[in-house]
Amino acid sequence: MPRRDDIESILLIGSGPIVIGQACEFDYSGTQACRVLREEGYRVILANSNPATIMTDPDFADATYVEPLVPEVLERIIAKERPDAVLPTLGGQTALNLAMDLSEMGILEKYNVELIGADAEAIRTAEDREVFKKAMIEIGLGVPASGVARSLDEGHEVLREIGLPVVIRPAYILGGKGTGIASTMEQFDHIVSRGIDASPIGEVLIEKSIAGWKEFELEVMRDRADNCVIICSIENVDAMGVHTGDSITVAPAQTLTDVEYQVMRDAAFRVMRRVGVETGGSNVQFAVHPETGEQVVIEMNPRVSRSSALASKATGFPIAKIAAKLAVGYTLDEIPNDITKKTPASFEPTIDYVVTKVPRWAFEKFPGAEPVLGTQMQSVGEVMALGRTFPESLQKAMRSMEQGRAGLNCDAGERLYDDVETSDLLARVSIATPERIFEIESLIRRGVSLTEINVATGIDIWFLDQMLAICEEREALAGRQSGDGIPELTTGEWKRAKQFGFSDAQLAYLWNSDEAEIRSARIGAGVETTYKTVDTCGAEFEAFTPYHFGTWEEENEVAPSDGKKVIILGSGPNRIGQGIEFDYCCVHASFSLSAAGFETVMINCNPETVSTDYDTSDRLYFEPLTNEDVLNVIDAERRSAEAGGGELVGVIVSLGGQTPLKLAGLLPPELVLGTPAESIDLAEDRDRWAALCTSLCIPQPEGATATSLDAALETTRRIGFPALIRPSYVLGGRAMEIVYGEDDLRRAWQAITLGGSLGREGGLSSSRPVLIDRFLEDATEVDVDAIRDASGEVIIGGIMQHVEEAGVHSGDSACITPPVGLTQSAIATISDYASRIAEGLGVIGLINVQFAVHHSGGDDEKVYVIEANPRASRTVPFIAKAMAVPLVKIASRVMCGATLAELREEGLLSESGSISHVAVKEAVLPWNRFPDVDTVLGPEMRSTGEVMGIDMTEGMAFAKSQLAAGDRMPLEGTVFMSLADRDKPVGLRAASKFAELGFEIVATSGTAEFLGSNGIEVAEVVAKLTTPSADGDDIAADGPGVDGVELIAAGRVDLVVNSPRGRGPRADGAHIRRAAAANRVPLMTTAAAAFAAAKGIEELRKNELDVRSLQEYQSAMRGA
Amino acid sequence: MSEISATERSREQRSANEPAAIVLADGTVFEGEAFGARPADGVAQGEFVFNTVMSGYQEVISDPSYAGQVITFTYPHIGNVGTNGTDNESLRPFCNGVVVRDLARRPSNWRAQEDLPSFLDRHGIPGIAGVDTRRLTRHLRDHGSMAGVFGTADLATLTQAAKTAHDTTGRDFVAQVTTDGAYSVDEDGDSGRRIVAIDLGIKTTIVRSLSNYGSVHVVPATTTADEIMALEPDGVFLSNGPGDPAAVQSAPETIKGLLGRVPIFGICMGHQLLAQALGGKTFKLPFGHHGGNHPVRDLTTGKIEITSQNHNYCVDLDGVPGIEITHVNLNDGTLEGFRCSDIPAFAVQHHPEAGPGPHESSYLFGRFADLIDSNRK
Repeated sequence: MPRRDDIESILLIGSGPIVIGQACEFDYSGTQACRVLREEGYRVILANSNPATIMTDPDFADATYVEPLVPEVLERIIAKERPDAVLPTLGGQTALNLAMDLSEMGILEKYNVELIGADAEAIRTAEDREVFKKAMIEIGLGVPASGVARSLDEGHEVLREIGLPVVIRPAYILGGKGTGIASTMEQFDHIVSRGIDASPIGEVLIEKSIAGWKEFELEVMRDRADNCVIICSIENVDAMGVHTGDSITVAPAQTLTDVEYQVMRDAAFRVMRRVGVETGGSNVQFAVHPETGEQVVIEMNPRVSRSSALASKATGFPIAKIAAKLAVGYTLDEIPNDITKKTPASFEPTIDYVVTKVPRWAFEKFPGAEPVLGTQMQSVGEVMALGRTFPESLQKAMRSMEQGRAGLNCDAGERLYDDVETSDLLARVSIATPERIFEIESLIRRGVSLTEINVATGIDIWFLDQMLAICEEREALAGRQSGDGIPELTTGEWKRAKQFGFSDAQLAYLWNSDEAEIRSARIGAGVETTYKTVDTCGAEFEAFTPYHFGTWEEENEVAPSDGKKVIILGSGPNRIGQGIEFDYCCVHASFSLSAAGFETVMINCNPETVSTDYDTSDRLYFEPLTNEDVLNVIDAERRSAEAGGGELVGVIVSLGGQTPLKLAGLLPPELVLGTPAESIDLAEDRDRWAALCTSLCIPQPEGATATSLDAALETTRRIGFPALIRPSYVLGGRAMEIVYGEDDLRRAWQAITLGGSLGREGGLSSSRPVLIDRFLEDATEVDVDAIRDASGEVIIGGIMQHVEEAGVHSGDSACITPPVGLTQSAIATISDYASRIAEGLGVIGLINVQFAVHHSGGDDEKVYVIEANPRASRTVPFIAKAMAVPLVKIASRVMCGATLAELREEGLLSESGSISHVAVKEAVLPWNRFPDVDTVLGPEMRSTGEVMGIDMTEGMAFAKSQLAAGDRMPLEGTVFMSLADRDKPVGLRAASKFAELGFEIVATSGTAEFLGSNGIEVAEVVAKLTTPSADGDDIAADGPGVDGVELIAAGRVDLVVNSPRGRGPRADGAHIRRAAAANRVPLMTTAAAAFAAAKGIEELRKNELDVRSLQEYQSAMRGA
Repeated sequence: MSEISATERSREQRSANEPAAIVLADGTVFEGEAFGARPADGVAQGEFVFNTVMSGYQEVISDPSYAGQVITFTYPHIGNVGTNGTDNESLRPFCNGVVVRDLARRPSNWRAQEDLPSFLDRHGIPGIAGVDTRRLTRHLRDHGSMAGVFGTADLATLTQAAKTAHDTTGRDFVAQVTTDGAYSVDEDGDSGRRIVAIDLGIKTTIVRSLSNYGSVHVVPATTTADEIMALEPDGVFLSNGPGDPAAVQSAPETIKGLLGRVPIFGICMGHQLLAQALGGKTFKLPFGHHGGNHPVRDLTTGKIEITSQNHNYCVDLDGVPGIEITHVNLNDGTLEGFRCSDIPAFAVQHHPEAGPGPHESSYLFGRFADLIDSNRK
């Protein structure tokens, strides 16, 4: 069946901001879909609120709407674009839920739009757990006993039938949010109540717990001729009870016989057919009893998922791309397999390596959240590693994590549990945590039987035995050393060690040597990496896509080439502070350099990304981003160039965030493209940076570095409080804090030096000191992204004014571009400073500079430089979209030698016209995943993603950004204000605006008094919850009246403005903010944001919420 | 510890990774370590082929169609689930050896009864582990499956032996694997269908699949057409089997004698021999099809089935009258099945019985039953 000709235009719904449970895998799937559908000649309309994505690049769709993903906005897009079909299966749960809304609201019918990929009935069958279970029972498949409850009473009734323990899951929720296992009645009541609240339809499924069973997942594809294939089987190392997104998983399944595997495969097809997913990819999860082999179906996702991204990368079979083709009518046999070229996509990939995925968590960012893994996903990213064996891939995955570990053991971290008693450690491993795999290693290494560990953890003996093999090899290697230095190993022995996944760094630790010495001894013994190819077919057919992974075998498959090669280092696993934005940068560099005739080579280890798609770059190495792994690729590519008459031009280190930047200094300097490693260091080295600013006559806040508390105290005595302290060489403001006094400083110092995670990453040293700066209160923070070329020309890509004041991490702050609140002279000064800093640092490529504009009354303003990063910043994709400048495309060419003048000539860089629109970036924070954590913003970044609101006015753009981030601004009602003193002037402007718009204002006493004295009517004075005592503890206040929490809980507030500032404890505010989050009341934590919100509400009441595509904004700019 | 038995001691010694090597007929060498049985002179020989299944190594190893061959598994971890008493495809394996990248140290599955090295040892099958199986597979893919040797003998000995190692071309292995005497499996006596299966190396799963549709009477490959007709069959089944179909003795005559007299269904070798009996030819594929993921289209329905494959030879029916092609391999366009237009006979090259592999082709046994039924009326 060929392509459908009865549809011409297709609306693709993206997944919105990156949140826990929905990350860049949907950028990967959406980007693939956009490319495929356009190749097929369809008009593609894309809706996605996330500006950091690659798919929202105007090049990928005919009309790109970076607009809030809510039904009424989508209706406007549909009304305007009149698509023939909506494809909702590539944008995660968000897109699926929206499609259901559009269907149920009658919007699809009204505009005669067809859902393709999965229809409403299929989505309902898969998503509604009760319907799904009924369907499974109907087709004779095993399911855990269960029932549905819409109230706690109904819950108790269900429980009487099933008995504890049970799993409780809210209906229609992504990533298992609100899910939990209850073994006691208290837990049961708590989780059921919470789950009913969390579910958009107020429903939970209560199910017999099958924790401890083995967990498997099959990736299925089906076409409209009813051909079904399995793309990949995945086995979870962690037993049932840990969300699959939080589990270490392995492909293919390792512990099933073919008989059992085929039963599972048949079941997966029956599920697919019964649910009614007519075309596309889905995943079906199974649990298997470890002793009886009983199989039950757990769930299915009728759409492309995180696992399908993993399966695509694991096998080389591009699920999203094929799913898009199937959705428009092709059948599997009509689609060629890109990799082999001559065989069709209607087959099942077979692989000849082992794939291990390990999640990465961010518990250190959320003090108060317990690092315990359960049925609710909490990881923020993941790595994947390929090896010929499980031990090799597991060790590679461990070092890909960038959390200070060089592998499973054989590094300083392996001693972490030495002091823990075996019985305690055995008790610990019965609870899944991010550390568990290492705890298990410690148990195995001390000789505890695998059976005991299996009983404690539920982890299959096969996996434990493979870990034992690593431990035994470790002991054998340690035993080879007699005396000092590196033992004399035969070629075979070196190879064997490497085949177990031991990195040079691990061997250096083991033999008390250094990595470089190990490397040269190993290469001296003739042992170098061999690269194998991911080819979907176990080498049965020739592969035409150079998608490689490194291992230690007899044959290397890297082909000679005659190209001018540029290696681009990716950004590794997603984490808070380093995510999709950097993948956007790396992918753009690849596209741009490829267009300019370079052969691009990507190295990355994150399976969720577009950069690890086999057709993004000319060559892909799915490898850890460590010194050794990168040097190995460099060697392989050098040999490939030598053999083929090509040339290795260099390595791009400045587009993948901190990960590749840290490697810059370790690479051969002549290979580092763009800004030299030396300049990167100059910007990071506190003293040299200060000297540079002084020599450039650019003011910066006073500050110094310290490696001891005494030195830190000395500094603050000189510069005064408040002060900002932060470790060097970290991203996302890790452990960054504002301190208000010496005691505060002492406490923060402890947190930095003894806080665990930082200590594990190497701790403090003279090369990694703590930075201490005077903190400028009352300042407006400004971000600038600029490019400088080798001739010295600088262009300013964009200037962003933060909505929140200095002190809130730039990644968590909303920001506006163009900077409507800055004076022309401030903008001129900032541009001038940024250019001079770029010049002073000798930047070639991108630089991000942060400034603080300090207003000391009247028109008196002073611009300070806070810091400069000579690399791509998080804001680059936002600026590129808001200002329509292909910043990364330009920068990557500049890094490879082009000048801006040449690029202007070429047409890549064009003069932007005047801008009449405003774009607001807003951060999205994972508070709902960590309900016990205070929601206040601070200098440590905690957002997982971002959205963009774009419109003709600041107010409307801000309102859209809030709506996109999940906060619907009220058009009327009550505003509850509680302002810190210093916020009161700005707060007054906001309050006046709210009053003018007819809102009722309630406030805490101080704020009420201030507003009242300024002529604003305050309807009610809200009581305080606590009063701070001298030593900083909170004492419950016993004042009269309704307090803030009660007011919010009673549903009497429509918007909360709560700005925590100053020295005192913030407990009162914390309660109010938590109440706002719990009751889903929009919350502004700064007066500036409140004022912006007021302006937005004013706009929303005056004007209809209108939608415009990026392409329309761009042509308006060109026309102007 | 003098009580340790000799076998235990020898196994202990063997676990010390005794080096071994593969030398192919073209002189290519691969290094590894010995496991399983040890031939007396340290040399095992056979035709090297590769199989791409990720599960089902026990079924593959015990499939009689591998007689004379050394099986290279492309999936690196082999032995993970051990072996059990029910997944064997015959009473014992007939292959000449097993090549793996990584042999599981400790199997884990609720049905596991014996680990793979012991299983192979018990059946006298040698193995070699630690081999760059991907390199070997690519070599076989590019140069064709070829004869070779492997073992613990020194490289000079292996190299010399490799020169005289033989592949399966022109060789009849059926006599080695066929049953000595006839036997019956009578699971579904109610249907009244009597199926006689000619054992050219029949897999247990095939007998089981047939028995869902009637009583199955398995006869040796040398059974004549008249002997078979004397059993009053409602249908005759031609099984899978090893080696070169062109070299098989007696069975082709038998098939000719049955054509048109009784409904016939052939699988794999049975497919090739039926084609020969009808006047077709067979030719050797460069490296055969051995795996569980090949797409085949049923031309009669248009549906695609993912199939279990294990064959080195392919059927050529060019110019043969009265033939309708029913199945085609979508990877390389080779013939996967045909039926006769005027007599009740059909056959497929792939393995609808799975064992190991996908189940979606199992409808073919149903088609056989339908053919029997329509012929009986």
